[in-house]
Amino acid sequence: MTEASEPDIRVGVIAVQGNVAEHAAAIERAGERRGLSVAVERIRQAGTVPDCDVLCLPGGESTAISQLLDREGIDAEIIEHVASGKPVLATCAGLIVAAADPQDDRVQSLDVLDVSVNRNAFGRQVDSFEAPLSIDGIADPETPFPAVFIRAPVIDEVGEDVEVLARWDDDPVAVRDGPVVATSFHPELTNDDRLHRLVLSDAIDTLSTAQPAEMDV
Amino acid sequence: MVEATDISDLKRGTELVKRGFAQMQKGGVIMDVVTREQARIAEDTGAVAVMALEAVPADIRKRGGVARMPDPTNVTEIIEEVSLPVMGKARIGHHTEAQILQSLGVDMIDESEVLTPADDAFHIDKREFTAPFVCGARNLPEALRRIHEGAAMIRTKGEAGTGDVNQAVHHQRTMMNQIRTIEGLDFQEREKWAREHGAPRELVHETAELGRLPVVNFAAGGIATPADAALMMHHGCDGIFVGSGIFGAEDPETMGTAIVEAVNNWDDPDALADIATGVGKGMKGQSNVDLPEEEKLQSRGV
Repeated sequence: MTEASEPDIRVGVIAVQGNVAEHAAAIERAGERRGLSVAVERIRQAGTVPDCDVLCLPGGESTAISQLLDREGIDAEIIEHVASGKPVLATCAGLIVAAADPQDDRVQSLDVLDVSVNRNAFGRQVDSFEAPLSIDGIADPETPFPAVFIRAPVIDEVGEDVEVLARWDDDPVAVRDGPVVATSFHPELTNDDRLHRLVLSDAIDTLSTAQPAEMDV
Repeated sequence: MVEATDISDLKRGTELVKRGFAQMQKGGVIMDVVTREQARIAEDTGAVAVMALEAVPADIRKRGGVARMPDPTNVTEIIEEVSLPVMGKARIGHHTEAQILQSLGVDMIDESEVLTPADDAFHIDKREFTAPFVCGARNLPEALRRIHEGAAMIRTKGEAGTGDVNQAVHHQRTMMNQIRTIEGLDFQEREKWAREHGAPRELVHETAELGRLPVVNFAAGGIATPADAALMMHHGCDGIFVGSGIFGAEDPETMGTAIVEAVNNWDDPDALADIATGVGKGMKGQSNVDLPEEEKLQSRGV
């Protein structure tokens, strides 16, 4: 890797538990489509997050993920990443872990996304479902996003600076709060990488603001 | 403004939704529990799911007799106790036990050789269920037969209740070896391999092209220590089931926490040395080589 030229964007996929490989593959695909050189790091220990331009917080089990982020000391690094305005894509359990209020003290949340979220509000696995979804600026009824909801959380309150990007049955299921884009569903489970392209675009905007001379986009 | 989405378009119990659930367990530890108190401990130690059963495999071995699905009262109590997914074991071929577990709200059904098989010729037709299934397999053809029947997750069939990891390693090595073999075959050779091994041919081609099973593959059976769990990750498993290893240990809470941390740090020997220190005695166990052939559970339901 030392021989290769510096990648345009360094993406960290938090990999303590959950659907990691699929997020990594989606980011790589999205990078290729945008003609960007993307380096993907799978993060299971502290020390790598500070080098990343973008983070993915995958789905999995929010209690297990939040406990491991705390035990490994990755939690403080993610909070710092968001505080410095760098983009994050948080999905399902990732959304719960990011939320200001996970409504459950078994989850030690990062408080980087100003929403209140009701875990597993769609029900148990037998209630899990897939459905075409419209997402503001990304997917309309002619080009819906294939959304897969697995024991999914419902966002039941959003802070005033939070933009709702998609709703399912009136409840927000995709939101943006500054650099953090979060979904109740799993965009990594299908080949549709529009949300992964969105966070890569966010990263380019962030980088070009920070270092206007180096980036040409 | 967000466009309205037609909520009548939703589909439940699809292959994507069932396999997707299994994928969310990756990198995690699924723990066997018999009571709600054990389920609470499992959640607190960082399990990704709990498996409800009437007795841990080591006790089933000791006790003998017919082993069946767990008591619905227990299943319901465990579901109420934890926010984690709750899995439940049904007997091989016992369609009705599986229907009852699904009706109770169990998130995944383990059609398990640890229980006494209900059908000596057929497994459950898992495709018609909304709940996903996990099944054991000792090799690739067995895994592909289960996937063909609708399993959304595969696990090794290590000798449950022995605390001896030997057979889980053997099954995982066999699986990886056979996947590498079919990757190296051309179309006609794969067709022949499928015929000779009694494996569904479309799945043989799919596996060869992916270079891995089309569903998540966990380790199960005989995993008793943090080092055992890390070893199975080293052999390419996606995650770990621990049966008697947690609640058969001297200090279940410490052992559970250590196994969860070992799975996350499986490739870091210094971290593993720290994690394995002071966990107390593991379950006593029984070596596989001492086990008479008729007491082996892995040859049930092939």
